[in-house]
Amino acid sequence: MSAPSSVGGGRARRLSWPGRAGHGFVAPYVVLLIAFGLVPTVYAIYFAFTDANERFAGLSNFTTAAADFRFLPAIGHVALYLLVWLVALVVLVVGLALLLHGLAARAADRALRFLYYIPGALAGAASAMVWLFMLDPTVSPVGFLLRAFGLGTFGQVIAPGHLPILLAVIAFWTGAGGWIVVMYGALNNISADLLEAARIDGAGPWQIARHIQLPLLRKWIVYMVILSFAAGTQLFVEPQLLSQASNGVAGRDYSLNQLSYDFAFQNNNVGSAAAISVELLVVGLVVAGLFVARSGFFDAD
Amino acid sequence: MPTETRRPAAAVTAGTAAGSAARRVGRPGRPHRRRPPNPLRALVLTAFLLFFVLPVLWLLLAATKTDDQLVHGDPLSFGSWSALRHNWDALTSYQGDAIFRWLRNSALYSFLALAITLCVTIPAGYALAMTEFRGRRTLLAATLVVMLMPNATLVVPLFLEINAVHLVGSMWSVILPYSFYPFGVYLTYIYFSTAMPRELLAAAKLDGCSEFGAFRRIALPLAAPVVALVGFFSFVANWTNYFLPYVLLPDSDQFPVQVGLGTLLNNVPQFNPTVGSLEVQRPELALATLLAITPVLLVFLFSQRFLVAGMLAGATKE
Repeated sequence: MSAPSSVGGGRARRLSWPGRAGHGFVAPYVVLLIAFGLVPTVYAIYFAFTDANERFAGLSNFTTAAADFRFLPAIGHVALYLLVWLVALVVLVVGLALLLHGLAARAADRALRFLYYIPGALAGAASAMVWLFMLDPTVSPVGFLLRAFGLGTFGQVIAPGHLPILLAVIAFWTGAGGWIVVMYGALNNISADLLEAARIDGAGPWQIARHIQLPLLRKWIVYMVILSFAAGTQLFVEPQLLSQASNGVAGRDYSLNQLSYDFAFQNNNVGSAAAISVELLVVGLVVAGLFVARSGFFDAD
Repeated sequence: MPTETRRPAAAVTAGTAAGSAARRVGRPGRPHRRRPPNPLRALVLTAFLLFFVLPVLWLLLAATKTDDQLVHGDPLSFGSWSALRHNWDALTSYQGDAIFRWLRNSALYSFLALAITLCVTIPAGYALAMTEFRGRRTLLAATLVVMLMPNATLVVPLFLEINAVHLVGSMWSVILPYSFYPFGVYLTYIYFSTAMPRELLAAAKLDGCSEFGAFRRIALPLAAPVVALVGFFSFVANWTNYFLPYVLLPDSDQFPVQVGLGTLLNNVPQFNPTVGSLEVQRPELALATLLAITPVLLVFLFSQRFLVAGMLAGATKE
């Protein structure tokens, strides 16, 4: 963080220090960034490379984690879940935002955005609880639908093969409304004159969406994908509560984070827990780096 | 197929210059303008409406039933006022009035963190987008990096850090980490860099406005939509956070309502057959969940005014 350190080295005359205002604006944020972003990260890396006696342990924490029989299946689960969820998120959130933005009736469009958002208030424990009920054919309002698919009991609904889709549905249900609000805001930002000009030139709604709105939304879509990917890798609450409510049908070590938690709190192996955290961090960074490079996030200014 | 045919009609009735110009020109190629709304659009939007709302509706009704009605009754029927009354009494008598204590805690943590978040985040995002200073790109990259880190992976290290400064069990041990909100900084950064006309700032400075004056008089008034957006997302994130308070606030009196819900869930016999005398029935849990989500819904209703005002309404156009 060179921002705060250069403050001390400032020269006496105001004009000779052009970044002074910028430094003032970001200083409080930098303090929080160091205290609650940088320091815990360094702690995680430190734990990943030391043993219980705080001695340097090389890669032994990583090999212990990777050799665990639950490790590879957990990676597969999370990867499949992410694939289903991210595709659904991009296609449906952008599609719904465009549909809502095109509505003539402002009142309907406003009401729908609010109603779509409501599940966002149930993030975390609340949404997992609601979906425990939704997926139980005996109390679910869509029990008939579940039975139509031949799923008569809770155990059949949450069979391991269904979990990636079910978890994606839960995550989409909770998170999509917020992203629709964001996308809608971005669509509002597009100049009406630009859209009008395109229409006068004979562009249809599909062409306008494809050639004007989607390119201008791109930055926001990339942003959504990066954040959702990061959030998806930390999948924890939903499978944990599903397993709690189903006597272990959805195993307690379904996701990497569950495995990491069990290493920390069941096996008393903080080092391997931290090693998994660091691996998740590296994966997130690589993917983010690819997106950032491809979308040109940083060269705009 | 999504259709954008309704917008120009609205523009024409609003009498904007572009709209009336289009009418005068009267080109072909806009033949769908007066067609009725696309049924496919209505169908898709309605289907998703059901998907998003039906579970919430079910939850609402579940609070008015007995556990027996929940299993055997029509899922989307109203139970009875007396059952609701009974669920309410049972819930509020759980450990004294624990549910209200938890709600109070949630409000305290969320609003204090929200206030700090806004004071810290908006100037930072503005500076990253509109000013030039040494370390700017580093800070931007660092923000993105930290934002991408899964929160849950930092919970244990955060616990160790806060334990080292003896703040475990203090409300600041959750409020301060909540206040650090890189998502908000990035949202603000994107907002200013895409929607804030630079000429406006340049003109203000040419007229003798200081950097801080330009921020306060020009940027801040235009930032209302992004302030609402950041404030809203931050509040929701704070209110719904589970793991951080779970780890850092060990005392039940300090639980926010989310962690309290987890406690209630553990005492529902259908989920945990070994539960003892503190049994909680499923409808009571539904009622508690409703109480827990209500404040977030109210905040959304309140800030929706800003959200739909459109980001930077009209400021970029002449």
